[in-house]
Amino acid sequence: MRIESRGPHGIVEGDLTPMIDMAFLLIAFFMFVINFSEVEQDQRVTLPASELARPPESPYEQPLTIHITDDDHFIYGGKELVTIGALRSALLQETQIIKRLTTKNIGDVTIIVRGDEDAKTGMVQRVIQICQQLGFEKFALRGKQSDIRTIRGE
Amino acid sequence: MKFRNTDHREHIVLQMTPMIDIVFLLMVFFVFTFKIVLPEGDFNIRMPSAQTSTASAVSETPLLRVRLRATPEGELARVQFGDVALDGDTPFYHLQSRIRSLIGDDAGPGSSDQEVEIDADYNLKYRYAMNAITAITGYMDDNGEQHKLVERVRFAPLSE
Repeated sequence: MRIESRGPHGIVEGDLTPMIDMAFLLIAFFMFVINFSEVEQDQRVTLPASELARPPESPYEQPLTIHITDDDHFIYGGKELVTIGALRSALLQETQIIKRLTTKNIGDVTIIVRGDEDAKTGMVQRVIQICQQLGFEKFALRGKQSDIRTIRGE
Repeated sequence: MKFRNTDHREHIVLQMTPMIDIVFLLMVFFVFTFKIVLPEGDFNIRMPSAQTSTASAVSETPLLRVRLRATPEGELARVQFGDVALDGDTPFYHLQSRIRSLIGDDAGPGSSDQEVEIDADYNLKYRYAMNAITAITGYMDDNGEQHKLVERVRFAPLSE
């Protein structure tokens, strides 16, 4: 039997161009959709849904965000506070900083309340009450945008 | 004149491996940091403290009260608008209908003078309070357009 000589083979190289194109396209996609801005979200809080919840037309000027978890804890300034007294102390400290270092009126500072959907409404009210006692007047109750009509029970 | 032989020029090969490494590293970074952020929105309420509100509390329009009663587990037991109890599967939808008929938003964009006070039980889950606020502040029509109803919403003082 005669075996045919296959001859010298060249180096087989795969065409990498489409793969690199794809990789760059993916990078471009992720770069566009990634949000580097400082979001005030916390995974411990699941916001209640509402079809009317729309992002504010203009951003608040240096708002203060208070998170209320479903187990009656508070997250403020990146710290988890167990008691409402601790929250009050932290807010009192904040008001003193605002009064001393800025020309802003306390009543013009917006408090963003991010309450968990299973949190107690009374706890949200207590937070608002404490803020009121410290002079805050503007509150923004935050909800999660929903396409489902929440109040129709759909 | 003697020319150099140009046929033996060195073949330049572009090294793709480091570039592909970097590209994949970047891709892995972006994939790991990618997070789908759901849009969030606010309901703005203005609640001055008790001392300042007493001076400006005089209003021509009567205050509407919405009472939200809770079961011991925090679920919604009853919705009451004024003296009327709203029963059924969709009490907040009924609440919205009543407010719409009261304000008469068919003729205009709604009333900004009207104020609604929400009196909720302490242990009621916050999602029901949010539903009440949604029902009071506005509605979406079938075209997905948002209409405002009552803009001034506040919570009743805690009864403790």
